[in-house]
Amino acid sequence: MHYPRHEFPIKEMDFVRAGEASLQVKKILREMKAENDLVRRATIACYEAEINAVVYGRDGVMSLEVDDEGIYIYVEDKGDGIPDIEQAMMEGFSTATEEIREMGFGAGMGLPNIMKNADEFTISSAVGEGTRLKIIFRSGWTTEEA
Amino acid sequence: MTLADVVQRLELKVLSGSELLEREVTGGYTGDLLSDVMANADTGQVWITLQAHINIVAVGVLRELTGIILIKDRTPDEATLTKAKQENVPILQSDRPAFEISGLLFNLLNE
Repeated sequence: MHYPRHEFPIKEMDFVRAGEASLQVKKILREMKAENDLVRRATIACYEAEINAVVYGRDGVMSLEVDDEGIYIYVEDKGDGIPDIEQAMMEGFSTATEEIREMGFGAGMGLPNIMKNADEFTISSAVGEGTRLKIIFRSGWTTEEA
Repeated sequence: MTLADVVQRLELKVLSGSELLEREVTGGYTGDLLSDVMANADTGQVWITLQAHINIVAVGVLRELTGIILIKDRTPDEATLTKAKQENVPILQSDRPAFEISGLLFNLLNE
């Protein structure tokens, strides 16, 4: 079965729209009758990835691809990149400014939350170029035709 | 218990979503870190927080929360209320601190 690819732009420091890309992904997963737990996990991971792109990413794109085997979410941004990914993955580590922290972001929970909720998660980053996340969900994904 | 019951018993002010108060409240979650709420709040719960900026609406929609209670008279700006109306997220307000609201709601839901 063929599924269309979707792309949603993410704007730097736009907290009015932050979450819209995740909401679109969630709506599509619901329309595809994905089971509730999968929708919940994907929603949490998307929101975290989207907020990271809003705060650190200087614009980005969230893409959704689906096939019979799983759901693939890519989030790419054009931010400063992450010099030490291992450190960035540690719960509680954050480089967020005081202003961002006061809004309840920057608690160092984002990347760990993505890791916890995804079935597969890879992150690659180049300093000065940007960061790319690949978040895959397989568990609980069955197509109606299957 | 409906959101309307919670509003009445906890003496909350309804800032948005007055037409959505028939929604069922299944529980509550208290927290000011958005990642924590995303990860740990559940569908149908009300979220008790001091955060009053526009992105609380996104969290409310994405986690399908029944409503958001702002503590200690925290007041959202017009853009936040407009967004909350668009997205059907009731925003309620109390002059009490988080500890009191959480305790009162906990007892109410366990009556």
